[in-house]
Amino acid sequence: MQTRIRIQREDFDLNAEVANLTTDGEAGAVASFTGHVRKEGDLSTLTLEHYPHMTEAEIARLVAEAGTRWPLTGVTVIHRVGSLKPGDRIVLVAVASQHRHAAFQACEFLMDYLKTHAPFWKEEARGEQHHWVEHRHSDEDAAKRWADKS
Amino acid sequence: MNLLYFAWVRQKIGKSEEQMAPPVSDVAALIAHLKNLGPHYADAFADLSRIRVAVNQRHAGLDATIGANDEIAFFPPVTGG
Repeated sequence: MQTRIRIQREDFDLNAEVANLTTDGEAGAVASFTGHVRKEGDLSTLTLEHYPHMTEAEIARLVAEAGTRWPLTGVTVIHRVGSLKPGDRIVLVAVASQHRHAAFQACEFLMDYLKTHAPFWKEEARGEQHHWVEHRHSDEDAAKRWADKS
Repeated sequence: MNLLYFAWVRQKIGKSEEQMAPPVSDVAALIAHLKNLGPHYADAFADLSRIRVAVNQRHAGLDATIGANDEIAFFPPVTGG
């Protein structure tokens, strides 16, 4: 399984990343999720902070776990940090497999676990006000769904 | 040990990293030690239900054993994705 994990300030190109997962011809299916900054009220800037090295290590552990659950040929995870605006891309999870079922499932699994395990924090700016985004219990519930499945 | 703070934990304590060698052997005792260092620390650790811990870049619990060469990070529940 080829794995690419990148934490970066720059934007990413979905088509190029999917192309990278399919060049060897092994994958019959690529499922991808792209997360964007949602425009909510007067949100002007979303700033993402992370824990360098642990972030990459934690995502690598999640990808390895996905690789034990489904037959995957490649996984790419890109997460942006720094200052983002409404509409900007934040995260990409792209999963390649021989068949669609594994690709769909592993993509959702990785997003659910990334949201609850990867050490990123979002701070919202609304006018002069700054505040840290609170975590959602619904995200934890989404990750727990996978705990009993294999 | 090397301590790291992120997000509002970093802001409340007023620094992102520091080294210290307190006489503690688990995370809970380290937090108790930190809370005695001043009001900024006491404020940051006032509600432990809002604090998450990593030891050597892995998620850990308050009962995790720690030693002099460990990296211990404190942060709020994560909000990436």
